[in-house]
Amino acid sequence: MEVALAIVIGALYAAGLYMMLRRSMVKLIAGLVLLGYASNLLIFVVSRLTRARPPLVPEGAQGIAEPFADPVPQALILTAIVIGFGLQAFALVLVRRAYQAVNNDDLDQVTASDRPDLQQ
Amino acid sequence: MLPILIPFLMAILSIINWGNRVLHRFLALAGSVGLLFAALALLTTVNEQGILSSNIGDWPAPFGIVLVADLPAAIMILMAAIVGLAVLVYATASMDKGRERFGYYPLILLLLMGMCGAFLTGDLFNLYVWFEIMLIASFALLALGGSRAQLEGSVKYFALNLLVSAFMLTGIGLLYGMTGSLNLAALAQTLRAAGPEQPVTTVAIFFMIAFGIKAAMFPLYFWLPASYHTPPVAVSAIFAGLLTKVGVFALIRVFTLLFVQDTAWTHGLLLAGAALTMLSGVLGAMAFDDIRRIFAFHIISQIAYMVLGLALFVPMALAGTIFYMVHHILVIVSLFLVSGLIARAGGSYFKAQLGGLYGTRPLLALLFLVPALSLSGVPPLSGFWAKLTLLRVTLAQELWLVAAIALLVGLLTLFSMVRIWLSAFWGPPGPAAASVTPMRAGERRALYGSTLALVTLTLALSLFAGPAFELAERASEQLLDPAGYIAAVLGEGS
Repeated sequence: MEVALAIVIGALYAAGLYMMLRRSMVKLIAGLVLLGYASNLLIFVVSRLTRARPPLVPEGAQGIAEPFADPVPQALILTAIVIGFGLQAFALVLVRRAYQAVNNDDLDQVTASDRPDLQQ
Repeated sequence: MLPILIPFLMAILSIINWGNRVLHRFLALAGSVGLLFAALALLTTVNEQGILSSNIGDWPAPFGIVLVADLPAAIMILMAAIVGLAVLVYATASMDKGRERFGYYPLILLLLMGMCGAFLTGDLFNLYVWFEIMLIASFALLALGGSRAQLEGSVKYFALNLLVSAFMLTGIGLLYGMTGSLNLAALAQTLRAAGPEQPVTTVAIFFMIAFGIKAAMFPLYFWLPASYHTPPVAVSAIFAGLLTKVGVFALIRVFTLLFVQDTAWTHGLLLAGAALTMLSGVLGAMAFDDIRRIFAFHIISQIAYMVLGLALFVPMALAGTIFYMVHHILVIVSLFLVSGLIARAGGSYFKAQLGGLYGTRPLLALLFLVPALSLSGVPPLSGFWAKLTLLRVTLAQELWLVAAIALLVGLLTLFSMVRIWLSAFWGPPGPAAASVTPMRAGERRALYGSTLALVTLTLALSLFAGPAFELAERASEQLLDPAGYIAAVLGEGS
């Protein structure tokens, strides 16, 4: 299972980076989203996958028997997903506004703030 | 706790009363004055009692989230408070109604809150969360207004910062997988005990790239000059002064506390990066005509001096870095505020359109000259002491090439400042001067008052460089001796 997930994560990183290298603004955002998913999954996997062993102390017992699933990474991922969601929503609005302003989805045309000879 | 709570409370109150511009102004000013007092109190307490640590929700460290106030963090919070107050006063007179109505003040407060959180936190994942809070506030500030250049700058800034988040999360995940903890003090302990078979340096590079993009290090700085000049001055000044410094601070934090296993490689990389950043930043500044963009490039080359101090990794150099940060925050914010004043008095941000301001606005000329000379390191101003310290350590370590680059960059900075001086302040009035409207008295008080206060602080820092440097030295000792930090967080004897 871990091996399969590792391959999935690698593929997600690769796909994300590939999308970021494209010239389209929408693909850039899609690439960033994929990268975010890849790092979330990575956090999930580094804590070792433990199935059907919740970190709960059974009634009457003094502690949890090993092995049990680590709850911390899941809390981290939840936080990261929520933050990522907010940022992605903002990104979509921003790209839409930028598309309206530039009238083009091509990142090579987004140069108004880079060139020394252009005055705004 | 207070430095985080005060801006947060004021921002919440502002959001509840959305659309009430006068109340927003009042709340923002009250919040930043409160923040200033809280920061001063924190600095004196930390200075007297040593490192303070507070467990949020009373979960004992390393399981809960801790806030840790050591000297470097307290100094940075004080700087954030000073700059926040000055910029907000400046904004009351220069911000347009639309931006005020759409939440400029609460956004600045949230930005300040995120910064204080990032300076204070003692938990790596919590640092990520504070970074995101800062980011979302800065995105909104950058895009507010919605002109074409602003939107384009925002897209670039946004894309790179999301990349930073992904890198940081990856690094955090790998680190957690290796050590099972995210508390900085606990990590410092386990990583020091880690054997060579652990890929610590690989993870270190993840963090170096993430914070390097934040701090605008070579070759990761292209987002900065593409975006910083697009929003109004009262936004770009606070970005210029503080946002990149948070990146530098995070670099300093993790590369003194956590990643000191292979300093020859990691800090050597930082050293090379610093030298190249210096050079490319100052050369970039030569190409542009827009004053704000020239200053933006100077941020990059000056950031490099701070990274240089970290890369040299001796107490003296780190003290120089902290002193440099304080100096540079004051100077670059004054310069951005002055650039706004120049545009107000001369009608344009472009050098070619300006001229003759020395004749009509002698006070403005003085306000430009002091931080400009300080930036390029002319004695006896604060930049000179900062650069002198770093150069002496560089020479003591016999890094001749780096020292030569640092000197050359100082000279080129001076050259670039003199060029602005020549075209904007000397000669006949420029073609843009015709469009200038006279300032109202209240506007003049707010704009000149806030800039003058920062320039006075720069002068004070130059005159009292001795005591300030002693404070910076103590701060650097705290940074280089993690035992104190660990003891403060995890308790004595651990």
